[in-house]
Amino acid sequence: MRLTTSGVSSNFSGEIVGIVTTDQVDAEFRGQRIRLLSTDESSREPDLTGYRAAISVGEFLQHPNVPFIQRLRETEHLRDGDIIAINGKTGFVRSLYRPYEHHHHMFVTERCSSNCLMCSQPPKDKDDTEALTKRNLELIDMIAPHPRYMTITGGEPTLLGDNLFALILQLKEALPDTELHILTNGRTFAWGEYARQFSTLHHPNISLGIPLYSDFAGDHDFVVQARGAFDQTVAGMHQAARNDIRVEVRVVLHKLTVPRLTKLAEYIYRNLTFVEHIALMGLEYVGYTPRNIEMLWIDPFEYQDQLETTVEYLTERGMTVSLYNHQLCVLRPSLWKYSKKSISDWKNLYLPECANCREFENCGGLFQWAVRKHSDHIRPFS
Amino acid sequence: MARSFYALQEFAPAPKHFSLLPFRFTRFSEKELLVNEAGEFIFVAEGTIRKLLDGSIDVTSGLYRDLKSKQFLYDDTSSPLLDLLATKIRSKFNHIYGGTKLHIFVVTLRCEHSCHYCQVSRQTAARGEFDMSTTTADRAIELMMASPSTHLTLELQGGEPLLAFEVIRYIVPRAKKAARIRRKHLDIVVTTNLACITDEMLVFFRDEEVKVSTSLDGPAALHNMNRPRPGNDSYERAIEGIERSRSILGSKNVAALMTTTLASLDYVKEIIDEYVNRDFHSIFLRPISPYGFAVKTKHRTGYEMQQFLEFYKEGLAHILEINKRGFRLTEVYSQILLSKILTPFGTGYVDLQSPAGEAWNVLVYNYNGDVFASDESRMLAEMNDLTFRLGNVHRDTRRSLFTSPAALKMFGASCNQALAGCSDCAFQPYCGADPIYHHATQGDMYGNRPSSGFCARNMEVIKHLFSLIEQGDPIIMRIFWSWLRIQNSRNEPSECD
Repeated sequence: MRLTTSGVSSNFSGEIVGIVTTDQVDAEFRGQRIRLLSTDESSREPDLTGYRAAISVGEFLQHPNVPFIQRLRETEHLRDGDIIAINGKTGFVRSLYRPYEHHHHMFVTERCSSNCLMCSQPPKDKDDTEALTKRNLELIDMIAPHPRYMTITGGEPTLLGDNLFALILQLKEALPDTELHILTNGRTFAWGEYARQFSTLHHPNISLGIPLYSDFAGDHDFVVQARGAFDQTVAGMHQAARNDIRVEVRVVLHKLTVPRLTKLAEYIYRNLTFVEHIALMGLEYVGYTPRNIEMLWIDPFEYQDQLETTVEYLTERGMTVSLYNHQLCVLRPSLWKYSKKSISDWKNLYLPECANCREFENCGGLFQWAVRKHSDHIRPFS
Repeated sequence: MARSFYALQEFAPAPKHFSLLPFRFTRFSEKELLVNEAGEFIFVAEGTIRKLLDGSIDVTSGLYRDLKSKQFLYDDTSSPLLDLLATKIRSKFNHIYGGTKLHIFVVTLRCEHSCHYCQVSRQTAARGEFDMSTTTADRAIELMMASPSTHLTLELQGGEPLLAFEVIRYIVPRAKKAARIRRKHLDIVVTTNLACITDEMLVFFRDEEVKVSTSLDGPAALHNMNRPRPGNDSYERAIEGIERSRSILGSKNVAALMTTTLASLDYVKEIIDEYVNRDFHSIFLRPISPYGFAVKTKHRTGYEMQQFLEFYKEGLAHILEINKRGFRLTEVYSQILLSKILTPFGTGYVDLQSPAGEAWNVLVYNYNGDVFASDESRMLAEMNDLTFRLGNVHRDTRRSLFTSPAALKMFGASCNQALAGCSDCAFQPYCGADPIYHHATQGDMYGNRPSSGFCARNMEVIKHLFSLIEQGDPIIMRIFWSWLRIQNSRNEPSECD
């Protein structure tokens, strides 16, 4: 599902965050609302006093007295209650939060200290941390009712420095019952003092999702394209555990990580015994991956042996394992029970042949970009 | 501005130099077995050790990566992660933190059995003479509570403790109250032959959450031969007692232990089947302790360690078959060793620790107030050898017990890292030191490994388990792991019957 659209902006130059409303609301509720109008409505000079902003696919005959964007390319993806950010300079409308989705993300920076070969969200070397923090602090105050889970992602969230702590504290205050999961490379946690300060935030339900790609330092560093990253990540996980911060290990499966996968499992069991969950994830054909596809691609069908051995090894030892981004028709039946429907709603897709599949309801499907590259073994069950 | 990517060579260059981290090694079935300080191991081809020592190992090979990943060596291309290694070693030594957990109270020496292998019982004693007094019990409870451990196990032992049921009735509520006040978790076990158990006693145990541990040496003929009592009905009484205990306390609160006598050696399958028939899910194939009366009666119950090891191996094979058939049955000693070999965790089992578990993990309070470093030390004392008497509840504090000349002398011999024959043994991280055993059998706490029954037993059992691990039969490994998963969710086996 679409995340952004754009139009022509007027009356403002910065960024405005607000809750979409398709119906006229009473004046007292307009402060946080962005009014979404149909072509018809925008041509009828509606009363927009008190709204944070107004947007429409149509044109406003009379310029409203609030910030507005007109002639949007489309608005079908916007629903009442969505939280969006609109940009006065570019006319961009970005969806930040949709209450009806299952997977919620808070995107906190595009900067990163690593540069993984298969990054789905390639980093940018531009300091966006202040602007995004301001946006996200506003966003947190608008989210209602509280979602069960929220993933904080980037880039590398810990590069926000104190701003990350500010976001977590705000989340703890505004949405104390929302479980937080931070996707981080874990390297910053190698500083014991950072891990200690993080733990003093005392968020009631927070965990780190940290990728580890090999038991051998050089191999991991190659995948994340950063020297010394393995040492910092492993040390970071230990510092986190020492400070009672919960840790999940995430492994993206591709041609560089599959050969030592069972040894990585052994390494995790012996060295990172404290991790509460291990996610083994299929490769996403997006971001950097297409550029490095020769180096990375292995048909998931080809690594079922290693995957089965690894999952058995870990579960036998009492560790909790899940498989993400795998289609049931490619997975060995013994592995089905570990497969999770993990793909965000807006990224999810099924192939034409999936339409008649008996297991359609139970399958996680594919990323939308997998249309261009996926296993050769996708077959409907009939 | 797009970033660039760099080649593998930039991140994993061939190291110019590598260094070894501490490990021990041995030849093992045409391979070499390396074991590091944290108990991680690897089987490698013969000749690998030499290549490691002379630096000729191929640093680009998968083997090199395996050795580095398991912290047998480090090189100049990344951090040695010594903190990580230290944490793993510390986890293995968890048992020395937190203070003494197991506290054995010998509430009476009286017993109506006359087992050949028993160390201490007194059948003819007059009532009271060999029972623990209330003042001694009060002091013993105080000393138990002085242990920094937040989890305590109180084991009520004898003789036959049920002959002094009034003493038990005195101790249990007082110990529980003392634990409550100090916010300690307290488990209580009574070790009994069940011959004289009554429903009144069982109801008391149920209400006070006391578990029962009993002796079951095998089928009727063998059990009754090993454990004579007037009427020659020890087996019948034990079985009847087990069933009654289960019905009142629940099956999970009733355990059984066996002792291997000379007569047992030919009947390992029958003994194991007896446990299965009685619906027990664990069995501990235990040799006789060479203490007390067992030493005197060697002509009747003695056998060579080698005979016991054949018994153990045949037994383990039978137990694995039973598991394959779908009945879960754990062999406790193998389970303890497998946990040391295959998991990153330490175990609390007293007899297989270094530093030795005596005093650190167990204290024994005798009926007369004497405090011993272990049950075996108390048995020696009954043979007039007071070497391991740490003190007396009426005179001593926890501090003075642990700094007594007896304790200090024992502690000096309790680390196998520093014992000749152990310090360079590949299996050292899995094994223990046992100064009391070596004092009793060799007259020297440090002991002589080549002639030590303790060494012979553990070497052989560990090697046997390693050969099964090396063969890697997936069905057997699955059985082993099912035992290890159970172990992590329940208490350590009790020290003694």
